[in-house]
Amino acid sequence: MKPFRYERAENVSGAVATLARERTGEFLAGGTNLVDLMKLDIMQPDVLVDVRRLTSGEIEDLPDGGLRIGAAVTNSDLAADARVRSRYPVLSQALLSGASGQLRNLATTGGNLLQRTRCAYFYDTTTPCNKREPGTGCSALQGCNSGHAILGASPHCVATHPSDMAVAMTALDAVVRTRGPAGEREIPISDLYRLPGQEPERDTTLEHAELITAVDLPPLEFSPNSRYRKVRERASYAFALVSVAAALRVRDGVVLDTRIALGGVAHKPWRARKAEDVLRGAPAVQESFRAAADAELADAAPLRDNAYKVPLAVNVMTRTLLDLPESR
Amino acid sequence: MDVGITLKVDGIQQRIAVDPRTTLLDALRERLGIYGPKKGCDHGQCGACTVLLDGMRANSCLALAVAHDGAEIITAEGLAEDGELHPMQRSFIEHDAFQCGYCTPGQIVSAVGMLAEAEAGWPSHVTRDLGAADVPLTDEEIRERMSGNLCRCGAYANIVPAIRETAAGAGPR
Repeated sequence: MKPFRYERAENVSGAVATLARERTGEFLAGGTNLVDLMKLDIMQPDVLVDVRRLTSGEIEDLPDGGLRIGAAVTNSDLAADARVRSRYPVLSQALLSGASGQLRNLATTGGNLLQRTRCAYFYDTTTPCNKREPGTGCSALQGCNSGHAILGASPHCVATHPSDMAVAMTALDAVVRTRGPAGEREIPISDLYRLPGQEPERDTTLEHAELITAVDLPPLEFSPNSRYRKVRERASYAFALVSVAAALRVRDGVVLDTRIALGGVAHKPWRARKAEDVLRGAPAVQESFRAAADAELADAAPLRDNAYKVPLAVNVMTRTLLDLPESR
Repeated sequence: MDVGITLKVDGIQQRIAVDPRTTLLDALRERLGIYGPKKGCDHGQCGACTVLLDGMRANSCLALAVAHDGAEIITAEGLAEDGELHPMQRSFIEHDAFQCGYCTPGQIVSAVGMLAEAEAGWPSHVTRDLGAADVPLTDEEIRERMSGNLCRCGAYANIVPAIRETAAGAGPR
């Protein structure tokens, strides 16, 4: 690991000011992804600014009925929170399907949002990777790409985003609150993440030294009728091949409203707006769910090894919607 | 530049100066001579390094020691009290819940932390009813909750009953 300076700050603005002065550096919270990437020399910050004790570790009720999740809330505490379990079960399920018990105890909400792809070529410093080393090329394009993106990829990068939590938050229209050198921002989670385009080295739209301080979940009348389904290569403790977060409002057998997001298929958690548009006003039956999923996956551009993800995503989306209590 | 930190490990206050790159695992093993936490993968994938960090089970290989100045750490060696093995340790012996033993300290610490989480009513990925106040620790629940601890000898068939019996008996302390 390359030597770095370890810095603490008194508060959030002090931490932002400290990192803003540095050319390269990172905020450190749980460290479960960052420390690993530093051991492998994939990330080589000159300074780490420890923010684990600076942002809130609390989950607060908002006046509008939503929840504000402090950036330092651990994945374990968020998954176990009684309000999240009853009002946003899709988020609890997503968190519980990710990592392991001991990792969830360390990992924070802010850090989970910012974890890097698990593309094997990003991790292998002997191979070209545009995300790790811009301009060197993408080894996955012609390499082993069974786990890679089928939607929104570019010739420069076909990596997927690894988070489960962020997929649920994307379906729930979460708002990411930040504090940076230019002040505070509220970023809809769909705008936090970006597609790779020509700059796959940029996972998010955050600026240097911009710190996530909290995530707001807006109220959603039908979010109690939501769930997360994840397909992976083993029963536990593995990243998603495909996952689906879905919430559904049904009245008299007709879909009034829905929120759907996909994981494991793109450079960002993939909000399935086409599927949502097809479903609104349609009968809440398997044929509608499948037609909606087909519409979303119509633009899929699979690679040599991952064509299986297209029917898998259609099937998992259909099944997830069918399994929601209001569909029965 | 080395940074001075204090750790309370298995009940004993320790003051050491560490390079900021030092993980908690390396601080425990290389600086303090506490060899219960094992270095398996060193990437958070195997669980052999599991300790209780301020009461919660955690992968010590992914935690930087400087970031946990003042922390209280319990390793497998610190579970025994007054020379008496912890019920989980006794149960692992009674059930022959290991072969080579390399993953065992991590398994035992993780199991103790896991029982406390279950006692607190935390659900898991296999919990059907997220609204349930307490979740019975079926074998399916134990396996899911322990999935962060790998055993390459494949002693799971005895690890699961060892944990099940401890859960049904004295429970977590």
